[in-house]
Amino acid sequence: MFEWLTDVVMLSRIQFALTIMFHYLFPPLTIGLGALLVIMEGMYLKTGNPVYEQMTKFWVKIFALTFGLGVASGIVMEFQFGTNWATYSRFVGDVFGSALAAEGIFAFFLESGFLAILVFGWNKVGPKMHFFSTIMVFLGSIFSAVWIVVANSWMQTPAGFHIMGYDEAGNSFPLEMPFVYDPGALDGVMPRAEITSFWEMVLNPSSVVRILHTVVGCFVLASFVVMSVCGYYIVKGRHLEMSKRCFAIALAFGAFWSVVQPFLGHLSAEIVAEHQPAKLAAFEGLYQTEEYSPLYLFGIPNTAEERVDFGVKIPGMLSFLVHGSFQEPVAGLDQFPQEDWPPVFISFTSYHIMVGLGMYFIGITLLALYLLWRGTLFETKWLLWVFVFSVLLPYLANHTGWIAAEVGRQPWLVYGILRTEHGFSKAVGPEAVLGSLVLFMLIYALLFFMYVYLLDRKIRSGPEDFVHTPVSKTPKGPEDVVEAATRRGPGRGHLAGDKEE
Amino acid sequence: MDLNTIWFLLLGFLIMGYAVLDGFDLGVGALHLLTKGDEERRLSMNSIGPVWDGNEVWLVTAGGALFAAFPHAYATAFSGFYLAFMLLLFALIFRAVALEVRSKEEMPWWRSIWDVSFSISSILATILFGVAVGNLVVGLPIGADMEFQGTFFDLLSPYAVLVGIFTLALFMMHGSIYLYLKTEGDLQAKVKEWIPRTLSFFVIMYILTTIFTLTVYPEMTDNFERFWWVWGVVVLKVLAIANIPRALYLGLPFRAFVSSCCVIAALLLVFGIGVYPNMIVSSLDPAYNLTLYNASSSQKTLTIMFIIALIGMPFVLAYTASIYWIFRGKVKLDKFSY
Repeated sequence: MFEWLTDVVMLSRIQFALTIMFHYLFPPLTIGLGALLVIMEGMYLKTGNPVYEQMTKFWVKIFALTFGLGVASGIVMEFQFGTNWATYSRFVGDVFGSALAAEGIFAFFLESGFLAILVFGWNKVGPKMHFFSTIMVFLGSIFSAVWIVVANSWMQTPAGFHIMGYDEAGNSFPLEMPFVYDPGALDGVMPRAEITSFWEMVLNPSSVVRILHTVVGCFVLASFVVMSVCGYYIVKGRHLEMSKRCFAIALAFGAFWSVVQPFLGHLSAEIVAEHQPAKLAAFEGLYQTEEYSPLYLFGIPNTAEERVDFGVKIPGMLSFLVHGSFQEPVAGLDQFPQEDWPPVFISFTSYHIMVGLGMYFIGITLLALYLLWRGTLFETKWLLWVFVFSVLLPYLANHTGWIAAEVGRQPWLVYGILRTEHGFSKAVGPEAVLGSLVLFMLIYALLFFMYVYLLDRKIRSGPEDFVHTPVSKTPKGPEDVVEAATRRGPGRGHLAGDKEE
Repeated sequence: MDLNTIWFLLLGFLIMGYAVLDGFDLGVGALHLLTKGDEERRLSMNSIGPVWDGNEVWLVTAGGALFAAFPHAYATAFSGFYLAFMLLLFALIFRAVALEVRSKEEMPWWRSIWDVSFSISSILATILFGVAVGNLVVGLPIGADMEFQGTFFDLLSPYAVLVGIFTLALFMMHGSIYLYLKTEGDLQAKVKEWIPRTLSFFVIMYILTTIFTLTVYPEMTDNFERFWWVWGVVVLKVLAIANIPRALYLGLPFRAFVSSCCVIAALLLVFGIGVYPNMIVSSLDPAYNLTLYNASSSQKTLTIMFIIALIGMPFVLAYTASIYWIFRGKVKLDKFSY
């Protein structure tokens, strides 16, 4: 029962899962909030209405805190391939490493540089330069998502490479394709994947759709975070003017992307069906290959009996979604040797949770949009409360989506080429990984509670209720500071909001 | 010059950028507990507030570049230094979080905890960087399969620890000069008193490390015959060290800071020439050394990466320069500060 405690592969997998899932609590919010900040600050520049400035400054604070945690937990990711997956790193560094390095050069510098202006630069640069910085931070976060999803997509649907073997004398020669890494049959030859076409590697079959699917998932998440906080303010009668406008912006944004998302998800699933059929079969709990392949709405996959228990299914629907015909069979798990099956229960369950939540996001945002159009949304307290608590769901959807993607890729590290069990670091013992894993758990638990606590504090204290007219120059001398101070009416934004009631 | 050498230089450039820029962040962190009172502590943290995050990106990018250009060196070093790297990661996490959250709560105990975390994590990270560099001189037990065969304690040889302390002295000097530049009034007067001490600490450690290197690892100067111009770098480095007290005496702290930057860059350059063409030396058999040839990616990838660097690096330099320009001058606390 406890043999995994001495299994360096299992421990390394747990550690990777823990660190990446913890890290991924933060980037989806900064990616999505980046887009919303561009809209908010753009509205401020266009209209000059101080309420947009108030909301921009409030969300920048949340953004900065989240970004800080994202950076702190992200450094781990950059190095963990080398620390725990050295064999993998040697095997794919030529291909995978370049995507990671491109992320550093093109994305991280852009983000972190302009973040300084976004957070600390309100009084250092003019409003247009500040807005430009906001756009750059957003672009940087998008570039970052692009390159990291490219790298991951290459692991799912590898392309643009060949396998070279290196013998002990250092001679290299191409190895036969299709290649499957087998440490028992290497015979002193060290194989590795090398790029043949950079663009085929970058634009591998799944990258574009997976980038879009991932980024849209971030947009939906951030819109729900904004709606949750603003919905809370509205039901509590605080910061009403800001909260209503802010809620409406996030709602329109979130509804649009929630509706777009299933189409991207469908495209993504089509690519999975073509390139990773065993993964699709696991997502759908399809053990047998048969005509009129069913689509399960619910169910509990039972791998021992090779069937789905308590399943509610639509016969022929999966065939229709994959092939456009209700009859044509979709490849089931029976087409693959059992050692190539992904863990079906986790794949199926996480995939179905993601899809179900996606449907929920569409339903609830469209309902809210309808009520907004009717003009009764902000009086519909129960719905606002639903939004306040719905914030957890897009986090769950983003995480289950990634769990489905990564667990569904198993037992492969690089699909069809390198197995997960062969990718670990030979120089690292299980006790070392166990030690670092326990420390990560403790530290991340601490950071998690601290983040939630600080976020809660920031939300409770709320945006600063002040209004000052758009500044044409930054305050420099003492006179300007006094002038700026007197311009600030205490709580005027708040009162203006109350008058609407 | 072949692509492997170009990438060795580019990687060196990224590491240099990291050491020069994050070097003063780490130095400010190491000195942080010497400041007294909440305002001084906030000034100390905010002196690096807008820039530390960007500075750390140099490290992350150097890691990515190492992975892409020299995957074997990346895999061997990071899995071989496993526990040391984990400690480094924890230190960097705590440092980032300390900066981010310290001033978000009023409670004195909260602020004290994060002040201490910030300082200890900066000191620990600095020493670990130095220990890593020291081990590249000493060599590691690397076998024919390029895998590290030792334990964590193999990394703590006296020389490696000496280089670790030397790095701490270097960054403390660098950080104290930076802090002097960014502060004013009482705090600046206080920092002014630290500089002679950090400078002396650095000079003593520099002399000790140099003597140790020349006596125990004389092979570090083997390349000096081939690259005769390194002697010029060594002379300039000594002049730059001497220029620090001179510039401070003349009331030109910015020149002292530039000199300190040059010292760091020159130290890394001399180190790079010393180990060239090795990346990781095997203490078991020189035939097992990881060099910039047997540890590298394919020529095709090195070419692609070189193009990416040519496109990307001018932007990186432009952002870095503009951020430092926008946030030039003395650090002031406002409501957007940490």
